[in-house]
Amino acid sequence: MIWNESIECMNREGIRALQGKRLVETVERVYHNVKFYRNKMQDLGLEPGDIKDIDDLYKLPFTTKDDLRENYPFGLFSVPMSEVVRVHASSGTTGKPTVVGYTRKDLSTWSEVVARTLTCAGIQKHDRIQIAYGYGLFTGGLGVHYGSEKVGATVIPISGGNTAKQIQLMQDFESTAIACTPSYALYLAEALEEQGIDPETLNIKVGIFGAEPWTENMRKEIESKLKIKAIDIYGLSEIIGPGVSSECEAQDGLHIFEDHFIPEVVDTNTLNPLGYGEKGELVFTTVTKEALPILRYRTRDLTILKDEVCSCGRTMVRMEKCTGRSDDMLIIRGVNIFPSQIESVLLEISETKPHYLLIVERINNLDTLEVWVEVDGVFFSDEIKKLEFLTKKITHAIESALGIGVKVKLVEPKTIERSEGKAKRVVDKRII
Amino acid sequence: MIIKQLSIFLENKSGRLTEVTKTLGDHNINITALSVADTSEYGILRLIVSDPEKAVIVLKENGFSVSLTDVICIVVPHKPGALNKALNVFSTEKISIEYMYAFEMNGKASVIMKVTDIFESIEILKKRELELLKASDAYMV
Repeated sequence: MIWNESIECMNREGIRALQGKRLVETVERVYHNVKFYRNKMQDLGLEPGDIKDIDDLYKLPFTTKDDLRENYPFGLFSVPMSEVVRVHASSGTTGKPTVVGYTRKDLSTWSEVVARTLTCAGIQKHDRIQIAYGYGLFTGGLGVHYGSEKVGATVIPISGGNTAKQIQLMQDFESTAIACTPSYALYLAEALEEQGIDPETLNIKVGIFGAEPWTENMRKEIESKLKIKAIDIYGLSEIIGPGVSSECEAQDGLHIFEDHFIPEVVDTNTLNPLGYGEKGELVFTTVTKEALPILRYRTRDLTILKDEVCSCGRTMVRMEKCTGRSDDMLIIRGVNIFPSQIESVLLEISETKPHYLLIVERINNLDTLEVWVEVDGVFFSDEIKKLEFLTKKITHAIESALGIGVKVKLVEPKTIERSEGKAKRVVDKRII
Repeated sequence: MIIKQLSIFLENKSGRLTEVTKTLGDHNINITALSVADTSEYGILRLIVSDPEKAVIVLKENGFSVSLTDVICIVVPHKPGALNKALNVFSTEKISIEYMYAFEMNGKASVIMKVTDIFESIEILKKRELELLKASDAYMV
């Protein structure tokens, strides 16, 4: 099954022509409506007329996460707020999350691409989909929700967590599909095992898993433990949310819905465009979004693009599963975390700049974050209760900034390796 | 009357205590009394030594997190009920004790204590005729 066959199986020339036409319209719109892009284009000596077709894409300026932060909250919106019917925001922290907006048409586009995603995974109107992504400012829950309704599936909007309830509803409501992070899927599998529930007795046949990187080995584990098909989906709020690309049942790369999002892969150092088959940083330009059109957004995700037609018949360019990043961002339980965010929390607590190290592990299929903080003269008290109070204070401050639980560990001075260049702040022990 | 106690932060990993005692020994610093307060992840080693100022310098040079804390040391006869009698003074005078540890000296029990408001406490304890060890004596056991 293909949701929108005329688009998803269009020939390459047709797609490129459509992308070119939409790109020209997008550039025209952002130039006139978004000061940030007008300034950037003028700095490059560019006028909207210089962008005539898809081949001119590389002339356009890049957009980064910092650009969104600096224009917090609505500075990059290209329509008046009266046209914006929904906003979402990254988990972001330090008081400056990245905020994204949607017009009524954007929400309809979003539902369309998620509908394609679900159909890629074999989910249809007679399915019952349990949505265990978080609902709220995070795009995962509501994004998949509206796409599922568009497909006509029965939505079970349970949101994240509450494993006992998840299992109970799987049994009672006879859910046929689940949407969550891949690590939570493994966690569920173990919970089922502990309760002595055979996954074969459930009706789940497929899961759509995203919001964090995962490997083929993890897929094998999920599929064998839960006895389902595990489909990788990809998205990011800056582009639209879930629904940017999705694997089909062939499980051979993720189809990018490129009539809405033009993909590129660039060299991480030179930022020069790379060809199909070459590994680099994934960049997206949105060409249909109204509220927040984005030119050449640097995702920091590393991947390879390929343009061969898939065995499923879809012609859209595919991207390989993302497993690496070109920056130091960590994705922990679906939440994006930069070490600098923890640093700024620590700076607020102590007057001196503390040395710290983040230890990330995956224990029982759940990511854990341990923050090591050196105890120096400023921190040190000879009373245990004061050190314990300090530990609690740091834990609480980090948890309220990041929105996820952490374990703070006090360590001796100089425990954390000093380096001449960029400090090593993260030890990621996860095998994914 | 005020005794300088070394407080050293130690992670719970093997060999750290040995490194402290080696550093002190190498610099000819004698240990009079010690106590370790531990949690599951770290401990605080508290020491009375012959030359606390020098000890701080050499331990810091060796990468330890160390500080000096003001404590007092009361001396009580080494016989049943003696400590209880002394502690009664603390409770009636409402002097709270953060922590304490003891060692024996010249057949008498010496108890190191961290108390709140050390100056006021010393005045009260002297009035109540409790024997307080002088710093120089504590360092030179």
